[in-house]
This record gives sequence, structure tokens and C-alpha cells, in this order.
Amino acid sequence: MALQTGALGLLARKLYGLQVENGDKYARMAASNRVSKRYLAPPRGHIVDRYNVALASNKENWRALLLPEETTDVNGTIERFSTIIPLDEHDRARILREMRHKRRFVPVMLRDFLSWDEMARIELNAPSLPGVLIDVGTRRVYPEGESLAHIIGYVAPPNERDVARSALLALPGMRVGRAGIEQSQDTTLCGTAGSVEMEVNSVGRVISELNRAEGTSGTKIGLTIDSVLQHAVLGRIGDQTASAVVMNCRNGEVLAMASTPSFDPSLFDSGVSHTQWLEWINNERTPLINKAVAGVYPPGSTFKPAVAMAGLKAGLISPSDRVFCPGHLDVGGTRFHCWSRWGHGSLDLHQALKFSCDVYFYEMARRIGMDHIAETAHSFGLGTPLDIELPHTRTGLIPTPTWRQAHHHHWNGGDTIVSGIGQGFVQVTPLQLATYTSRLATGRAVQPHLVRSLNDETGPQATAEHWPELDMPAAGLAALRSGMFAVVNEPHGTAPKAKLTIPGVMMAGKTGSAQVRRVSRALRESGHFNSANLPWEYRPHALFICFAPYDNPQYAVSVVIEHGNAGAEAAAPLARDIMTDTLLRDPANHITPPPERVADASDTQ
Amino acid sequence: MKFHKRLLRAEPSFRLLSKLWRISWLYVLLICTLAAAGYITLYSAAGGAPYPFAAPQAARFAVGLVMMITIAMLPPKVLIRAAWPLYIFSVALLAAVLHMGHVGKGAERWLIIGGVQVQPSEYAKIALVLVLAAWFHRLNHRQMGNPLWLLPPAFIVLLPVVLVLKEPNLGTATIIGGIGAALFFAAGMRLWQIVLLVLPVPYLIKVAYSHLHDYQRARITTFLNPESDPLGAGYNIIQSKIALGSGGMWGQGYLKGSQGQLNFLPEKQTDFIFTMIAEEWGYAGALTVISLLLIIILGGMLMAIRSRNRFGRLVALGISVNFFLYCLVNLSMVMGAIPVGGVPLPLVSYGGSAMLNVMMGFGLLLSTWVHRDSRFGESEPD
Repeated sequence: MALQTGALGLLARKLYGLQVENGDKYARMAASNRVSKRYLAPPRGHIVDRYNVALASNKENWRALLLPEETTDVNGTIERFSTIIPLDEHDRARILREMRHKRRFVPVMLRDFLSWDEMARIELNAPSLPGVLIDVGTRRVYPEGESLAHIIGYVAPPNERDVARSALLALPGMRVGRAGIEQSQDTTLCGTAGSVEMEVNSVGRVISELNRAEGTSGTKIGLTIDSVLQHAVLGRIGDQTASAVVMNCRNGEVLAMASTPSFDPSLFDSGVSHTQWLEWINNERTPLINKAVAGVYPPGSTFKPAVAMAGLKAGLISPSDRVFCPGHLDVGGTRFHCWSRWGHGSLDLHQALKFSCDVYFYEMARRIGMDHIAETAHSFGLGTPLDIELPHTRTGLIPTPTWRQAHHHHWNGGDTIVSGIGQGFVQVTPLQLATYTSRLATGRAVQPHLVRSLNDETGPQATAEHWPELDMPAAGLAALRSGMFAVVNEPHGTAPKAKLTIPGVMMAGKTGSAQVRRVSRALRESGHFNSANLPWEYRPHALFICFAPYDNPQYAVSVVIEHGNAGAEAAAPLARDIMTDTLLRDPANHITPPPERVADASDTQ
Repeated sequence: MKFHKRLLRAEPSFRLLSKLWRISWLYVLLICTLAAAGYITLYSAAGGAPYPFAAPQAARFAVGLVMMITIAMLPPKVLIRAAWPLYIFSVALLAAVLHMGHVGKGAERWLIIGGVQVQPSEYAKIALVLVLAAWFHRLNHRQMGNPLWLLPPAFIVLLPVVLVLKEPNLGTATIIGGIGAALFFAAGMRLWQIVLLVLPVPYLIKVAYSHLHDYQRARITTFLNPESDPLGAGYNIIQSKIALGSGGMWGQGYLKGSQGQLNFLPEKQTDFIFTMIAEEWGYAGALTVISLLLIIILGGMLMAIRSRNRFGRLVALGISVNFFLYCLVNLSMVMGAIPVGGVPLPLVSYGGSAMLNVMMGFGLLLSTWVHRDSRFGESEPD
């Protein structure tokens, strides 16, 4: 008896430990057992341009769901449904698969993106479709379509890795940014999930709703882009495979960023067909790549002001130093040709820029050395990462002997010489060119950016004072600007076609033609060499960088036309047109007569 | 049949009414109280409805009550005569169930006889108590000291133990063995002799383990570390502990236990019914039920002590020990103290076979109480 009392007493003691001493712990476990927290998908933030024009928004997506437990004859219901709304084999296979994996009280999606007409037909036949219900979700729409596809990017359903990263993404209808702003600002646009706590039983059926917390919808992002200007730029580019960037050179706002050809971003929301994908991938004009940030090109002669600044900053050259150009430069047994067969004679910096003399910059590059050139190029934003809010950007490259040796090659003197005219290993993106032009025009280290406001609040980056001044001599910058002014406006400049037709506004610029393959000696000496006769893919790229107004720089434009042959012929007029559109759209309209003085920004130095 | 006639002639010394008067109605009240607790809990287990658990259980209890009173009227001589046929019949059933029994969840085996589920191992326990009591009743003190006289009862115990082990039902086999050991001890066997009998137990355990089903081995492993597989084999223990713990001191309230009402508790109406009580009524309710069980057990023991014949003492003791072991195994199981074993809580858990069996046991217990003063066929007075 004592044994029995003792045994049950021990059990009672153990029960006391379980129930009273550890009661709180188990009560919490019981609560988490029965309370299922489910997330509510927050609406994705809108993207608008600087004038509040919608660039990406959400549209209702009506879809038909089937609740298997509410119909006795699942297959019959699906059959009848397909007579009203056709379902293809792919849909049917997916529906059957989902039904096998889900519990009977979890709805299965039959069809989404229903039209009003289709919905009306479903509603009309509701009595014969037990368990079929219509539900609303959202889909992402891009009113501007192709014109801003590279900047806005697109969204796509999350993959397994995304879902593993965040449970929120497992919610039906959630999308993940896969390119552009949609990708880089994904967390901002995503918002925070609301949650609803529900009492569930052991098989997960909802018994009652306990608690509900609404989520916050994604932040509305205002871009620096002017969608009207963007359209104008695209119109100017036309069918050419090109890239153009328009920047506010005072604060780095990117007003337009074009890359042609483009693609339709809305195709990604519901999944891209294989044929469409192959077509994009195999297109030599690379529609999916944003050439403005991911296309790298030799800058050609547009690099020359940076080379000169390297020398001026290091004190190795002065603007008045003269170099004689006989049409070529011989270094170490190799002859480096100027673009002008007959040479330019004796030149100072101003003239060298104006005529874009190659020999002058061969010689200066040799005197300055690659390390100085690379350092200055980097501080101009060339060949260095920029803070642009876009994914998949490329850095480009300013080669240095150290870099070359890291790849187990010897750095030749000739490598420095060809780098002096932006050829050889030098590679930059159009956005870097625009940044470089902006910094050159204002003397401030502006960073290009696309995000102007979050929920209509503008940050400090919109003011010029936010950006630090470059560590470069003001007189040197002025000399470069004046040289670039001469390119466009003085007689015998290389880009007379870039002269603005707006009265009283002057533009400064620099041409560039970047060879994509070496011109052989035999071809050059044949005397019949004309790059315009080459096949498209062998023609040089045409580049042009410019800023305006000259006296008070406001905007910088860079243009790269792939295989456009000559910067002066193809790129300069395009840049002029783009700059004209930009200036005409400027609400402040800084149009003043062109005085013979340098810009305000450098005066303050 | 001769046996039949003898049974009907029965004991002449008491009138039926006076016999009824001698029944411990207080004890019957205790049993009814426990059954009422079971009814209330089963009502909650069905989500606050008499069906499908509470009402059928009440009906069975009524049948069981009548059966209990009837058995309580039977004099010991009849019981002694019925002991061997009952034992042989139940062992035969155990053998039959091995060959043609239905295997349910786990491996509780039962036979269906005339539409009624019969679990032979339950009846074997009662038959075993009767047979051992009858055997020891005849032995005198000298014979008890002689191992030769102890070999047959040892065989009587081992036969059903082995058969039940082969089912395999470890829990019930342990209980049968425990009852046998208790009766041997109570009959006056020397402690060293019991030790000698217990010596081969480790070997038996080893043999038994090799015969265990995978699910049974899983029970033992998850018992040692229940959190190792929270959704698999450890699920029962974890959910049961959560239910117990979340009850706290005063419980979540009747019909409000989240674990039970939301179906997180497995087998909540049968083996794990105690967790429902503990969850909804708290430690206070659980302790009340344990106290009630203890009073019933001790009451049975007191009846055994009070009996003036050896047979009655041994039967009362055997039945009480059976009930005690039932409670002990079930409560230890739901508290996670021993592996999950498919043993219900007597009178509280839902289930017909177990209920009738327990009531039959109480009938025998009450019979020894009714006939506590009769003396017969004993070899010598104690």
C-alpha cells in the first residue's frame, strides 16, 4: 500500500512540476501550437518620375480559385469551368499538381488575369461551378513599357532561394524585383507584411481570427527621370543601337537614360516564353542589357580631357605647353598615328582638344604616366563604381601597370600611349561618361542617382552643395571647358554639328570614335581606308559628351552609338538634339548670353 | 452439464438481499464518481457533445455496473471452480488472437466475438488472478516453502506473459507479470525466491526487445529524447506534455483546453484522456482524479486485508494491483515518464472492452468483500 501511495505520489509530484512549476513554458508552447501567424501581402510601392507620372504601379488581377472541399466532383467542376474559360494542358497539369500537394481547404488557382467578360461568364455559371470563387490580387504594370524598361526593371515570381530568404515571399502574388530599380530598391518597394493571427487546429484549419495587423505598403519611389524627356531622347535615337544619358550636372540627377533596343517588362510578371527569351538572348543588339550602365566601350577621344587634367593636377604639364604633331609619333620602334594623316603642327592644350589631336595626347600620356591618368580618371568617375541605384552595372577599367602585371603581362610604353586617346584597355560606361562630364563641368564630385524622393520626401542629394568639390585645379578645369567649348563653337572644331540652335545658349563637348578592332598597317597604307565601309559590327563606336549652358553648366549628356562610325558625324548631332530637348524642358530655363568666362562652380574654387 | 448445475445451486448460506446489503456501496459510489469524471471529459473531447464518446460510454458503464453487482453476488467456491476453465479459455483466446486477431493502431490485438470486440489479454489478467488465488489458497505453509509447488504457478504466469509478448504488447505483458509477482509475494513466497524468479528478467527483456516492432523501438528512443523528432514519433509525448503544462494550477476551463479542443492531442479520448483533464481542470483537477484513483486502489487493498480467507485476500489484492498498474502505466505514459504504451486509464478512457473488463474486476473485488467472513477449503489458518 505504501508502495502504491508512494508511486502515485511521485507521479503527482512530477505532474506538479509539469503543470505548476513549468506551466508558463508549456502554456506558451500551447499558444504557439494553436496560433498560426499568417502574413498579408503588402501592396508593392509605386514608382513615379520627377513630375509624378506613374512608371510602375499595381493593377488588380482577378483570378478564379477552386476550393476543392466545397465541391463533391472536383474533376467535373474543372471540366465545366474549362468549357467557360478554356484551360490548356499546361494549366490542367499545374492544377492537378497543386491539388495533390495542398490540403482540401486551401484554394487552388485555376486561371489568373481574368477579363471582365470572363468574370461575368463565371459569375453567370456559378451554380454549376461549386467551389469556384473569384479573388483579387495585384499585378505589376508599367505604363511606360519599353521606354523605361532598363531603369525600372521588372518583377517576377520569387524562386525557391528567395522564399528561403524571406517567408513573406511565399505569399501568393508576391513578386521580387529582378532588374533595375525594382531589384535595387526591392526592400523599400516591398513594404512590411501585415499579419493575421489565427487559431488553427492540428491539421491547420482556421478556427477563428485572433489578431490582425495591417502591413505598410511599399514606399513610393520618385525617380529623377523625366519620362517626357526620356521619350524625346528615345525618339531622337530612333533605330540606332545606342545609349544616352542626360544628367543634371549640379546634383547628379539622371533625367533620362536610354538604351536601345529595349524590351517589354510586363512580359516577366507572368513568365516569359522560351522563344521570346531566346530571341532576346541571341539578339546581337542585346535588348536586355542596359547599355548605359552595363555596356563598356573604349571612350576614345572623349578621354582626352581626363588625360590632360591628370597632367595639370600633377603639375607635369601646363595648358600652354606645345607639342608638334607631324601626323604620327614614333615610340620604341612603333609608329602611333594621328587621325589626321598630315598632322596638326604645333599645338597647345586648347588647340589639341579643339582638333582632338592624337599625337599631342600620346605625348602627354607618355609624360604624365599611367598611374596619374588612372587616379584622375577614377576621380572623374571613369572606370570606377558609381552609386547609381541599378543592379548589374559594370565598372569598366582604367588600366595601370599594376593591373596588367596582376594578370601576368608586361606593361609596355605603348599601352600608356594608346590609353592617352582612350583606346587600348580603357573601358567605360555611358553613365560614367556623363558623370565625368558633369564633374568636369561643375568641379563637384556628383554621383549619378535615380532615386529622387521616397514617399514624396526629397533628400539632400538634390542640392549641389551636398556634393564635395573635386581636388582639381580650377584653372585647369576652366582650360578643359574652354577647349571643349572650342570643339563645338570655334571654327575648325571637330564637332561643329553639335552647335546649339537655341539663341544665346552655348554648349561645350568632346567627340570620340572608338575603334573596335585594330586598323592594320596594310589597310592604312593602302590609302583607301574608310571605316564607314566596314561591316556594321566592325565600325568604330561613335561617342559624344557635352554640357550646357557653357557659362553656367546645368546639364551633361553622354551619347554612345554602337558602331556609329564617327563621333562627330553620328553622335554629336544626336547629343545636340538631346541637349536641346533637355534645355527646352527645363522649367527654370537658364538661358543667358554666352560670356567669355568660365562657369560659376569653378569660380568659387 | 454438471458444472452448470453446480453453478446454479451455488452458495446457500446468504440470501440475495442480505448479500446486496453487504456490498460496499461507498466503494460503488467511488467507482461511479470516477466514471462520471470520465463522462464529463469525454463530453469535452467530443467538442461539447454527448456523441460520439460520452453517451455510448455511459451506456456501457450501466451494463458494466449490472455485471459488477452480479459478479459480486457469486460466492468464492463458484469463483474457484470457474477459475481454471476461465484461465484455459483466455489462454486459448490469446493463442487464437495471435493467429487471427485484428491488428489495430500499434499492435493491440482483439477478436470480434458476436460483434463485440474482445481483448483476450484483459480477460487473461482476471483469469490469472483467479487461478493463482485458487492455487495458493490450497497450499499450506510447508508447501509454500517447497519450490516444486511454486513451479506450476510460475508457469501459469509465464504462459500468458509470453503469449502477450508475442502479440507484441509490452505494456500488458509487464502488467501481467507484475500481478503475478504481487500475488506470489502476498501468498508468502520468500523474497529470495522472488529474486530467483526475477533473475532471468534482463534476458527476457533482451529477447523481447529483439521481438519488438520498429514502432515500439521508436517509442523507446523517442521516450529517451522526445524532442528529437517533434512531428514524428515524439509528437505524442510533446503534445501531451504541452497539454499538461498549459493547464497550470487551475486549468484553461472546461471545454476550453486548446490542445484537446483543437485536436493537437493524439488519442485524447482514449489513452491520453488524462491530459485533457489536466489541461481543462489544471493541477487541481488532475490531483483530484489521482486522489480518487488512489482511494479506489487503497480501498481494494483494505478489502484484501479485511478478508478472512486466503482466496479472497489474494483476489482482492490481484485486482487492486491490476488497477494500480493500469493507472501507473497510463499516468507515467502521459507524463512522459515511460514510453507510450497503449494502456488506457481505467473507467475514464473511452473503450468498451476495457471498461467491461475493469467492471468485472471490481465485481470480483466486491465479491471478496461480500464473502469476507466465509472460510472454506483452506489448508490451515493463517
